[in-house]
Amino acid sequence: MTDTTNKLIIRMQEIRKVYDTGKIKVEALKGINLEIEKGEMVAIVGPSGSGKSTLMNLVGCLDTPTSGIYEIGGQAVAGVTRDELADIRNRRVGFVFQAFNLLPHITALENVELPMLFGAVRPAERRERASQLLDRVGLGDRLDHKPTELSGGQMQRVAIARALAMEPDIVLADEPTGNLDSSAGGDIMSIFTDLWQQGRTIVIITHDPALSRRASRVVEIHDGRITSDQATNEAA
Amino acid sequence: MKDVLKQLARDLKAEKLRTFLTIFGIVWGTVAISLMLAFGTGLHKQLIKSTAGLGDRIVIAWPGLTSIPYEGLGKGRRIRITADDLATARGNVDGLKAISTEYSGNMKVEYGTKTLSVDTSGVDPDFGPMRNLIPQSGGRFINAIDVAEQRRAVFIGDKLAKDIFGVTPAVGKTITVNQSPFLVVGVLLEKDQDSSYSGRDNEKMFIPSTTYRALRGDKYVDNFVFQAANAGDTKGVMKRLSAALGRRLRFDANDKEALSMWDTTEQFQFFDTFMLAFNAFLGIIGVLTLVVGGIGVSNIMNVVVEERTREIGIKMALGAKQRYILGQFLIETMLVTFLGGAVGFAIALTVCAVFPKLGLGEYVGDPVVSPLVAVLTSLALGIVGLVAGYFPARDAARLDPVVAMKL
Repeated sequence: MTDTTNKLIIRMQEIRKVYDTGKIKVEALKGINLEIEKGEMVAIVGPSGSGKSTLMNLVGCLDTPTSGIYEIGGQAVAGVTRDELADIRNRRVGFVFQAFNLLPHITALENVELPMLFGAVRPAERRERASQLLDRVGLGDRLDHKPTELSGGQMQRVAIARALAMEPDIVLADEPTGNLDSSAGGDIMSIFTDLWQQGRTIVIITHDPALSRRASRVVEIHDGRITSDQATNEAA
Repeated sequence: MKDVLKQLARDLKAEKLRTFLTIFGIVWGTVAISLMLAFGTGLHKQLIKSTAGLGDRIVIAWPGLTSIPYEGLGKGRRIRITADDLATARGNVDGLKAISTEYSGNMKVEYGTKTLSVDTSGVDPDFGPMRNLIPQSGGRFINAIDVAEQRRAVFIGDKLAKDIFGVTPAVGKTITVNQSPFLVVGVLLEKDQDSSYSGRDNEKMFIPSTTYRALRGDKYVDNFVFQAANAGDTKGVMKRLSAALGRRLRFDANDKEALSMWDTTEQFQFFDTFMLAFNAFLGIIGVLTLVVGGIGVSNIMNVVVEERTREIGIKMALGAKQRYILGQFLIETMLVTFLGGAVGFAIALTVCAVFPKLGLGEYVGDPVVSPLVAVLTSLALGIVGLVAGYFPARDAARLDPVVAMKL
């Protein structure tokens, strides 16, 4: 029993999320039960409006649930302040966004250093780790390039390096190939697969069947509920 | 901290126009406020200096005709005052610091081939300090021994000295006054004088009162000058002196015409009041300028926050705490404000350094940037910067990262 709880990275129990705009209440998530173990690569799929993005925001600690229990890496996310939430994001979640979300006027290296800056890592260590990570995603020769001087695929690789900077519990990717052509998208998928094979926990929110097929597990979400949760063939 | 500054430098560089405009606004405010107050201070000093040319908070009194009957004596009687009357009054009036007789008349001065007609006053030693007749170095004013021994010593105005002697030093030279030889003991140090009652001091000469009496046979003073020990007590001293002389010379103490007095301290009071109002006016304009500047800075910072909302969202998603975002904007605003303030002061100081060369100092005075104004303006700017930076920064830090990133 202790064994399995230690392996659990994400534990969601009866998670509900209600958006209250004052006039109308929208229940985006209607009781989600989801457990993700260390080393899994999970794809979350579903049509738009299904609550997929809300789920991602909760998993990524960008938002807190209205009710239910959510633990990430054994730490409960409930009743925490904005700053504590920021700290959890910083240490436990590595984000990869569809729109890359790199800061345009600083270099690739500085972009990768950014989470470590907020995580109070010493400057020398920051620099070293950031250049190692960029080297690992194949951008060792582009450290001093600004995002505007990079291609879409290269930008997403910088974003992946940035996501790994704080050695997070999970890497959370939201449509990571959505803004890329198929060749660049394929490269990014390969990087995710490699990371998974190195033992990282990866959660990908996607429409892309090619990407979800690579996952060890596909969770389908529909109208605020999980409708299907199964291991894929390739997961073996 | 170092990272914050580094990032700041980068942001400021990336937004050159915005940074320039913001700094320009603050520079303009600082220059305006410090120059206005500097010119105000300069004007005040010049007014005081010019007024002080007449004397150091003195009262000048002229005996005249009585206008009120007194103890059976009708009005229209001439009041005549002797040196003895004043000497007696001196001991009987509290709060009187100094008093001097003044006999005035025109005398003929001869030196070499030059002959001039000069307004001359016969005075006591106290007259010099009271009337701010300060000798140039190497000279002195009429002293007590000159008066006691009826010496033929003369203190001459600087312009007169130039007319008689040209560039050669006057002290020690002998001039002929009404056929008697007089030793020049001192020359007036050049001064600004905006008012007078018997010619400008720089064209006059001063001799001991006793000598004047002996030379001209005058018994009665033309006027006298006195000074209260405490400038605030001037009105009281005037009243007591008038009463003391009235008792002795038999006129009503309230008779403004028997003894008419010119209280020059009123002028100082007027200037003080005037300058207070003037500075308040400048102050209000200055504060408004700063407020407008502050609104400008605040607006620009708001635009900055909007422009950088996405960036703020990304940073927060990556784990930046609120105080980091808040701090970044506050430091940025403060730095911009500080920079603008420093440049503004430099400009104001430069203007103040250059202005005297235009030669308008005699009329409006030379502007002086006072350290107090400098400190206060910096403080005000700091507060404006803080307030201007705080609200946009707070809005920025309150944004929801998810919302901010999608903008």
